[in-house]
Amino acid sequence: MTLTHYLVLAAILFTIGAVGVLVRRNAIVVFMCIELMLNSVNLTLVTFARAGGTLDGQVMAFFVMVVAAAEVVVGLAIIMSIYRTRRSASVDDANLLKY
Amino acid sequence: MIEAPDLSLAALAPLLFVFGAACLGVLVEAFGPRERRHAVQVTLALVGTLGGLVTSLLLAGEREVTAAGALAVDGPAVFLQATITGLGALAILLFAERSLDPARSAFVAAAAVPVGSPRDRELMTAPRVQTEVYPLATFAIGGMMLFVAANDLLIMFVALEVLSLPLYLISGLARRRRLLSQEAAVKYFLLGAFASAFFLYGLALVYGATGSIGLADIRAATTESGSDVLLVLGLALLIVGLMFKASVAPFHAWTPDVYQGAPTPVTAFMAACTKVAAFGAILRLLYVAFGTSEWTWRPLVYGIAIISMVVGAVLALTQTDLKRMLAYSSIAHAGFLLTGVIGLSPDGGGSGLAATMFYLLAYGLTTVGAFAVLTLVRDGDGEASHLSQWAGLARRSPLTAAVMALFLLALAGIPLTSGFTGKFAVFRAAIEDGAWPLVVVAVLASAVAAFFYLRVIVLMYFSEPAEDGPTVAVPGLPTTIVLAVTVTATLVLGIAPGAVLDIAEQAAIFVG
Repeated sequence: MTLTHYLVLAAILFTIGAVGVLVRRNAIVVFMCIELMLNSVNLTLVTFARAGGTLDGQVMAFFVMVVAAAEVVVGLAIIMSIYRTRRSASVDDANLLKY
Repeated sequence: MIEAPDLSLAALAPLLFVFGAACLGVLVEAFGPRERRHAVQVTLALVGTLGGLVTSLLLAGEREVTAAGALAVDGPAVFLQATITGLGALAILLFAERSLDPARSAFVAAAAVPVGSPRDRELMTAPRVQTEVYPLATFAIGGMMLFVAANDLLIMFVALEVLSLPLYLISGLARRRRLLSQEAAVKYFLLGAFASAFFLYGLALVYGATGSIGLADIRAATTESGSDVLLVLGLALLIVGLMFKASVAPFHAWTPDVYQGAPTPVTAFMAACTKVAAFGAILRLLYVAFGTSEWTWRPLVYGIAIISMVVGAVLALTQTDLKRMLAYSSIAHAGFLLTGVIGLSPDGGGSGLAATMFYLLAYGLTTVGAFAVLTLVRDGDGEASHLSQWAGLARRSPLTAAVMALFLLALAGIPLTSGFTGKFAVFRAAIEDGAWPLVVVAVLASAVAAFFYLRVIVLMYFSEPAEDGPTVAVPGLPTTIVLAVTVTATLVLGIAPGAVLDIAEQAAIFVG
């Protein structure tokens, strides 16, 4: 296992996340896919930190985790408020704004 | 032993002012009595932003890198911070307007109450307001100020989130048409988080390629060893993340929906301040970190600028809703701004930087004014933003129509308004840099754009007013102040822009 393997794994995870955001319909699942993308970034950062022999990347991973946690709070609040009205978290049902 | 980083408190005063006011706002929200909260929050938010404005004006001429190299307080940072706080204070005044709507405010009384429930109808005309919008907006302004001063990619990312998260929330807090507003918030949030994931992956790749995230270190690394695939890929992803925030086509999909769905004062805030902040960050990233490896991003930005101008101008033609039309117009303006970004030389000289900063100031003031006029024209269901409802507005209220006409002319870039000066400056910068094909496209796009702005003016002046048309509300003190400031600025920056252009020119040096 070389460091490249980790980078490739992270890239694959990021792609799965990005594709998931584009094809999934449930807002919660879309949001989980975004979290997957953020975590693949963490893996990339930690791998580069290991390759470069510095701790910077690991510290950055902590920053990303904190920001992701804040994002969860805000995101779930917004999704919750729309769910309580519509009884659905599907992004296809949110279609009042168009053209 | 860990050494504490050097912090120049004087250079950070504007940021501390704004973040301090936001934190106090949270405390007021927790402990203040409900009936007094609105007045206290408005005062706090205004004191914070105006304090930030004054302190950043006092910092003019400052050039230093502080906080262990993480923040650069230099000409562009200070100029843009002053712009953001000034526009932010105007937007907060719009937030605070309570006399236009019989429902007493543009913001919901209690966001947690489900739409359409009996309690929701009961609260519709209640004087209560979700006063959290003020600290949230102040936090967003603080994040924007941090964004334009960020001298390393991690701080840039943190600032991006600090400015975005409050915006996602406040765009979902409209009092009328709550479903639209909530839908706008969901769309903005999901797409915004998606874009910031791209920014973050770009950060990781650049870190891998150069071993550093400080902009100056990245510049040193790229100058020394050239650029490899990892670096170019990373830069492209960073640009995607930033262009999303600046609502540049093809990363604009959220813009029309969010601009239309969000409460109009929030739209004004987003359209003006977010654009300034995002372009501040784009300029700093491209000039400071990648200024010596220009060939990596120039073709990309060139292409994006053309797409943005064309998409914005053409799609705005087909819009029937004024807020949506202004959203597409903001996409076109983002393209015009990018022509200024192109007009820079590798050493950070050239007139592109000063021109772009001037354009941001002029565009921000005009946009806040235009959205302020939109809040005045109302029917029984809130704001009347459909184009057909604006027919014959000049007969109902000649003054409102004249003010709106001025803003539309400025957005179209007609001489003697600030829009013309701004456009002229960025086009000249691009031509000086040899990008004349881009300017040809820009001029053609401006001509197309002029059509849909003038169409609204023709509609206001030369159409018969509808029988059951909207009424024009008498603005309260806050909106009057906003309109007076923005009208004056639009005219002054158009007729005698010399002084402000000079200031922008002097401020246009990045500290490396």
